[in-house]
Amino acid sequence: MSVSRLDMARQVLLEPGGLAENDLEAVLGGILGHSVDRADLYFQSSRHESWFLEDGIVKEGSHGIDQGVGARAISGEKTGFAYADEIILPSLTRAAEAARTIARAGQARRMQAWQTVTPHRLYQPADPLDSISADDKVALLRELDAFARAQDPRITQVFVNLAGVHDVVLVADSDGTLAGDVRPLVRLNVSVIAEHKGRREQGSAGGGGRYDYAYFFDGERARDYAREAVRQALVNLEAVDAPAGTMPVVLGPGWPGVLLHEAVGHGLEGDFNRKGSSAFSGRIGERVASPLCTVVDDGTLEGRRGSLNIDDEGVPTGRTVLIENGILRAYMQDKLNAGLMGTRSTGNGRRESYAHLPMPRMTNTFMLAGEHDPQEIIASVERGLYAVNFGGGQVDITSGKFVFSACEAYLIEKGRVTAPVKGATLVGNGPEVLTRVSMVGDDLRLDTGIGTCGKEGQSVPVGVGQPTLKVDALTVGGTSG
Amino acid sequence: MSDLTRTLPAAVAEEFAVEQLRDCIGLVLEAARARGADAVEAGLHIESGLSVNVRLGEVDTLEYHRDKGLGVTVYHGTRKGSASTTDLSERALRETVQAACDIARYTAEDPCNGLAPAERMAREAPELDLYHPWEISNEEAIEQARATEAEALEFDPRITNSEGASLNSHSGLRLYGNSHGFLGGYASSRHSLNAAVIAEDASGMQRDYWYTVARDPRALETPATVGRTAAERALARLGASSMPTGPQPVIFEAGVARGLIGHFLRAINGNALYRRSSFLVDSLGETLFPDWMRIDERPHLRGALGSAPFDSEGVATAPRDIVSAGVLQGYVLDSYAACRLGMETTGNAGGTHNVFVAHQDMDRAALLREMGNGVLVTDLMGQGVNNVTGDYSRGAAGFRVENGVIAAPVEEITIAGNLRDMFAGIRNIASDLDTRGNIVTGSILVDGMTVAGD
Repeated sequence: MSVSRLDMARQVLLEPGGLAENDLEAVLGGILGHSVDRADLYFQSSRHESWFLEDGIVKEGSHGIDQGVGARAISGEKTGFAYADEIILPSLTRAAEAARTIARAGQARRMQAWQTVTPHRLYQPADPLDSISADDKVALLRELDAFARAQDPRITQVFVNLAGVHDVVLVADSDGTLAGDVRPLVRLNVSVIAEHKGRREQGSAGGGGRYDYAYFFDGERARDYAREAVRQALVNLEAVDAPAGTMPVVLGPGWPGVLLHEAVGHGLEGDFNRKGSSAFSGRIGERVASPLCTVVDDGTLEGRRGSLNIDDEGVPTGRTVLIENGILRAYMQDKLNAGLMGTRSTGNGRRESYAHLPMPRMTNTFMLAGEHDPQEIIASVERGLYAVNFGGGQVDITSGKFVFSACEAYLIEKGRVTAPVKGATLVGNGPEVLTRVSMVGDDLRLDTGIGTCGKEGQSVPVGVGQPTLKVDALTVGGTSG
Repeated sequence: MSDLTRTLPAAVAEEFAVEQLRDCIGLVLEAARARGADAVEAGLHIESGLSVNVRLGEVDTLEYHRDKGLGVTVYHGTRKGSASTTDLSERALRETVQAACDIARYTAEDPCNGLAPAERMAREAPELDLYHPWEISNEEAIEQARATEAEALEFDPRITNSEGASLNSHSGLRLYGNSHGFLGGYASSRHSLNAAVIAEDASGMQRDYWYTVARDPRALETPATVGRTAAERALARLGASSMPTGPQPVIFEAGVARGLIGHFLRAINGNALYRRSSFLVDSLGETLFPDWMRIDERPHLRGALGSAPFDSEGVATAPRDIVSAGVLQGYVLDSYAACRLGMETTGNAGGTHNVFVAHQDMDRAALLREMGNGVLVTDLMGQGVNNVTGDYSRGAAGFRVENGVIAAPVEEITIAGNLRDMFAGIRNIASDLDTRGNIVTGSILVDGMTVAGD
């Protein structure tokens, strides 16, 4: 019988400070004495490291430990929040007392009996930092450097970064929720600079997920990142000015799904819709995309960067169909916004750390496959853009306007992919863009595990994905007429 | 050498228990030396604060912040290792030093690694007037945020919703010490008030915001000003549409012009230069801007948001010209990048300190008249800036300008160009300075950009 994740979390987070469940019960009970509807405690211990190579040598390494507990009190729509970086009873009590100042003294509520949450088992409770020796980490970085340089003489700089996190969390909520999770996360990235005839361009590729470092030793995975970074830089050396104006755009599979994340994902987060500030507010049941589009948020995929056994409110993550055959079906919810909107949490309550408040956030967001052959999609475009790789994006929730920046793209002329073009920003309107999707490919792919989403100053790891798809009209921000 | 913490005001020393923090640094330096490190440096920060957010007249969130942390870097010969912790107990500090030393066993020799030169350490700590803690109660903070939002909501019936108004007040202390015997520290505070509201009419919803930020709460704009400005900005965006594709002059409103200067500072940062991952490599002494332009750094400006007596390596900061007569006079360097480039540190480990862009004798209205027809950009979106090539393409919103006056709001457009051309293409800079950050500039008119829209 293996030790449960909750037991592991207890061992790491509660036992060193001499805390037990009855202490948490007493602290939560103390908060509830103040006309507070609900209160929760989030314990976290996070150990992280990073190794960095440049100029052919492993130049830097860093290691850090961050731990503490956040106490939240909710009274109606009001939230009080405080945290402490020492996990001992006096600090916990002080944080709880500060959090409850949000509510006046009043009708006391009762703490519900503990109900242990059964989390998914989407990843091993491994500590990636100790999964291979420091010698092996250094050797991996060096090998990738040599490998990337050997690909092409025009490669003048190689940067390799290896990072790992071992995150242990425990959630105790006055609604009785008691849950723990152990979350590994690893990431490997290769960036290169290519120089030729006085021109310099970069390429970058990487990936990772909720694994230990063994993930990168699986087959050619790590070398594939290096190959991909080199290929991109060399393509960019040949790039011509990008076109400017509105035209058909074919988006490649995988990471270009950042389109969905920006164009519709954020606008479907519960907090914006509870507040009525999203361009999608009050539109459940309406058509917001072409019938070819079905978009889901799924935190239950094994090992993915955006996956979680439980969210940061102790709710097992789920698969939420956001848009089904073009019709808006659901928002992503945390407990607070679900409660105020008369619905249930979808397991999307996430936070950057114990020192941040949870809010509705995406996990892995992607569009399901359609029926078209990707080649057929490209062949259907007379003049347009084929964008296969992107930097990041951003959205204005209220007006619905969003951008995302292509870092590898090609012209499509008479149904054929021709010259590579320089990076350009694409801009569109969230509620409109998916109504202009006229073809969806049969080649659904998820990204390699590189996404980090920022919202209100909080960063969390996420995944995106999509099949090849064609948007009939998007504005492309190049310089060439 | 110099222990500048002895000159901290008694009230600050007591408030932050500086004696104990000094001991933390001392313990770390000593433990590293005991483990065989040839040199060591440690930085420590401690900060506390309050954030309140009020939405539609009711408290939305009330957050108390308390953060602390220590980071240490050790050098074994020229091999380097770093580690950090949020736990300042003796046991945790010793483990952190151990972790840094363990890493240094695996990193490679690099002759440029090490502390900044001893003779460059700050010898005095000028009083910079950065610390003005705000004794504001929860109730007062809530009331100020409420008043700010109320001003916006009552400004016009088309202000139909709000993301809220918030007040943030933070203060803290930074300490830095290294094995040259340098120890320095300074306290600072930062307070802000902001509002984000939504305007709505038949054309749809538009959101905009405004904020004020200062070291001293008395220097903040009033709640009425912040609320009204947020409302005016949201209202002005109503009815926005795209515009035709083509070449256009562009004015970067002061708030977003700061970002344009930020791209320049990133391109002349030593870390990008020695990696040759900047479009401005080997550009020292080149004419990058029009000949009337000057950009200078003022680290000792009293009460300013970017001021600091020394950088994050203990190097004394000093005022200097970065650009004069349009010519690049100096890079932005820490000691490592300086060594790699065969130069000396410019006291910019951790960044620049109050960068001022000289303006012309021309207000914003005059700048619009000077442009005649073009786009006034008030908001930029996305990360479409390539530091290696200088290629620039970002989502934008703002106003179409016709015959020198604002004609209509625009959105869902991009503006594109290459930063080298954009810098050379600066026609004028207005006097409407935005002082809410480390970079201070007025609105900037740039010729030769491409707008993409319909």
